[in-house]
Amino acid sequence: MSLYSRRALLSMAAATSLSVALAACGASGGTGGGGDSSPPAAASKAVGQAEIDKAMSTPTELTFWTWVPDIEQEVALFEKKYPAIDVKVVNAGQGVPQYTKLRTALQAGTGAPDVVQMEYQYIPTFTITDSLLDLRPYGASALKDTFVDWTWGQVSGPKGEVWAIPQDTGPMGMLYRQDIFDEHGIDVPKTWDEFAAAARKLHAADPEVYLTNLAANEAAAWHGLLWQAGAKPYVSANKSDITIKVNDEPSKKLAAYWGGLAKEGVIGVEPDFTDSWFSALNKGKYATWITAAWGPVFLSGSAKSTAGKWRAAPLPQWDTAKPVSGNWGGSTSAVVKTTKNPIAAAQFAQFLNSDPESAKMFATKQFFFPATKALLADPDFVGDKPAFYGGQQVNQVFADISGTVGPSFQWPPFLDRVVTDWTETVGKSLSAKTDTVAALEQWQTRITTFARSQGFTVQAQ
Amino acid sequence: MTAASPKGPPRPRRRLRTGGAGPLFVAPFLVLFLVLFLAPLGYAAYLSLFQNRLIGGTTFVGLENYLTALQDPLLLEGVARVAAFFVIQVPVMLLLALLFALALDSGLMRLARVVRLGIFVPYAVPSVVASLMWGYLYGADYGPFAQLSSALGLPVPRFLSDDWMLPSLANIVTWEFVGYNMILLYAALRAVPQELYEAAAMDGAGAWRIAWSVKLPALRPALLLALVFSVIGSFQLFNEPNLLQRLAPDVIDSAYTANLYAYSLAFTSQQINYAAAVSFLLGLVIVIVSYAVLLTANRRRTP
Repeated sequence: MSLYSRRALLSMAAATSLSVALAACGASGGTGGGGDSSPPAAASKAVGQAEIDKAMSTPTELTFWTWVPDIEQEVALFEKKYPAIDVKVVNAGQGVPQYTKLRTALQAGTGAPDVVQMEYQYIPTFTITDSLLDLRPYGASALKDTFVDWTWGQVSGPKGEVWAIPQDTGPMGMLYRQDIFDEHGIDVPKTWDEFAAAARKLHAADPEVYLTNLAANEAAAWHGLLWQAGAKPYVSANKSDITIKVNDEPSKKLAAYWGGLAKEGVIGVEPDFTDSWFSALNKGKYATWITAAWGPVFLSGSAKSTAGKWRAAPLPQWDTAKPVSGNWGGSTSAVVKTTKNPIAAAQFAQFLNSDPESAKMFATKQFFFPATKALLADPDFVGDKPAFYGGQQVNQVFADISGTVGPSFQWPPFLDRVVTDWTETVGKSLSAKTDTVAALEQWQTRITTFARSQGFTVQAQ
Repeated sequence: MTAASPKGPPRPRRRLRTGGAGPLFVAPFLVLFLVLFLAPLGYAAYLSLFQNRLIGGTTFVGLENYLTALQDPLLLEGVARVAAFFVIQVPVMLLLALLFALALDSGLMRLARVVRLGIFVPYAVPSVVASLMWGYLYGADYGPFAQLSSALGLPVPRFLSDDWMLPSLANIVTWEFVGYNMILLYAALRAVPQELYEAAAMDGAGAWRIAWSVKLPALRPALLLALVFSVIGSFQLFNEPNLLQRLAPDVIDSAYTANLYAYSLAFTSQQINYAAAVSFLLGLVIVIVSYAVLLTANRRRTP
């Protein structure tokens, strides 16, 4: 056997395991897409308090898939209140790898968790396959006013279903280098026009420095900016009808703006969260980072050498009369429909994110940007003055931004595909400095073709 | 065995015993082969005949997935790209491996063992680690090559740009596998009987002549083996582009290589049935190319 090259063996192993994985994925056979078999727990009849009390005092084990570090602390609060329930925390990967595992487990019919960490944008991707439990019968509707309005919009379905409980959010804002702005006499841009002018001025003054970097691989940031521009690229009226217009007017405005700046070469377009990008932030190659509310803490950990030089501000606006923002990131706790303990799982998802002590712990221990109204008004939270930002009340800045996030942005039911297609059309046009508005049309064509091939009735422009 | 018992009867009994043992010895292999190889393969083939839509569920579509795949520009592009990769990278890699093997075998090299180990060591580095390492070295801003060229006032090489990506990938794969192929060829050289060299020397052949007329022909089977494995490896190129995708997402798209395309279809687009069809077609391409390589090599040998 030692005569075989390792590469051939590896590829053979890969081919075999791919077939096995494919086999596992297809195991549900006929019911895969339809998902008509609803367990009895999904009935939308409210569950009585007596039933809940009984379930919460019956010894039960719940499995919770999450990538949040040290979430055991919050879980312990729940277990302390409900000693009969034992929550097993499993890290099944962050983001996409976890969703891939979840899908595989769901289609195989075994191994899926009870409760799962899920980003807002992925909720429709999992409700289209009927994989999430509607939490209304378990009292989730009562939590509506606990959470910031737009987050509740994100977790709600078209018929008022509650698919998940918000955990943290990422209203978008701008972090900027005060020292670089001062050096070149740049005021904090209030509008996107001022921002473009500043980009040209800064790069002309110092060719080594760019006003910002719009990562050509970051579809999530693009969607946040679309959100801010008031675009409604995906609207699902019901399960099988979808309107797709990623090439509508607000989108074209956005594409012309960023595509233009990229073509002029006055902004960076390198992929984010790479070594090169981290070095660039540390070395002052970019004077701003268009980011979200989780950005400040993240940056203070990854660009330590620039401590004290950064400040936070809202995003520049298209219309200063009506300041708006979008969201990038944040996640929720969702209950997987196949759970054998829907009551305990639903109670856990609700407690974890709505219990004041637990929610506050997320803000202070994991440095999550909160989704609850109470915390965004909590003086302890918004009054924090980190030295990294020169003592600015950064949380207050983002708490204010959170109030301006548009409430009705929707995500498509096949997000992965939309993201891949974005990277290969719009993202590519940014980095290749070709026509970004034309790339929108390619993006539109690719998504609508895919949606039709998946059996959707597609309305396009 | 022939010196068995003087009496006749025991013989058939013994034969009966051995007759039962044969299948028993083969059984563990057969069971594993069936369960781990044929069954998943068969199931993937079965899957490739269906279509699973988000709306409407699963339907039997016969060979439609295959017909779609044959006209899929993304798949064809991916296959063409790995074919180009094969044509560029494999000759370079095998030539280097051959040179190193001949040099080591010549016995004229100092520190032969150290050199042999040095060339072989990259093979011991997992391909994931190798890709990450090279990804860092290629970095256009802070990679050592970039730093060096900007220190010297030269234009910074863009190893991860559209034009350079394929050569950059080829370099990683070559770096990883030259050592392995060298060992393969070197082992074949050591197996050449000493008498052949002596006979060649008697006939007045010099070192170059021996290398050309004795060593190279002796290496033919080993080279062929290395070539066939390289066909498989090239057409299944996955790890390296998959990892470099993170550094250059604008260059390496989800269909950069055929294998990467099958993977993203299955795990990103959820088109498991179509992915199965694509995988089968890719397997077919590999079989055809491997046979083409074997046939051309054998035809050359016969006349």
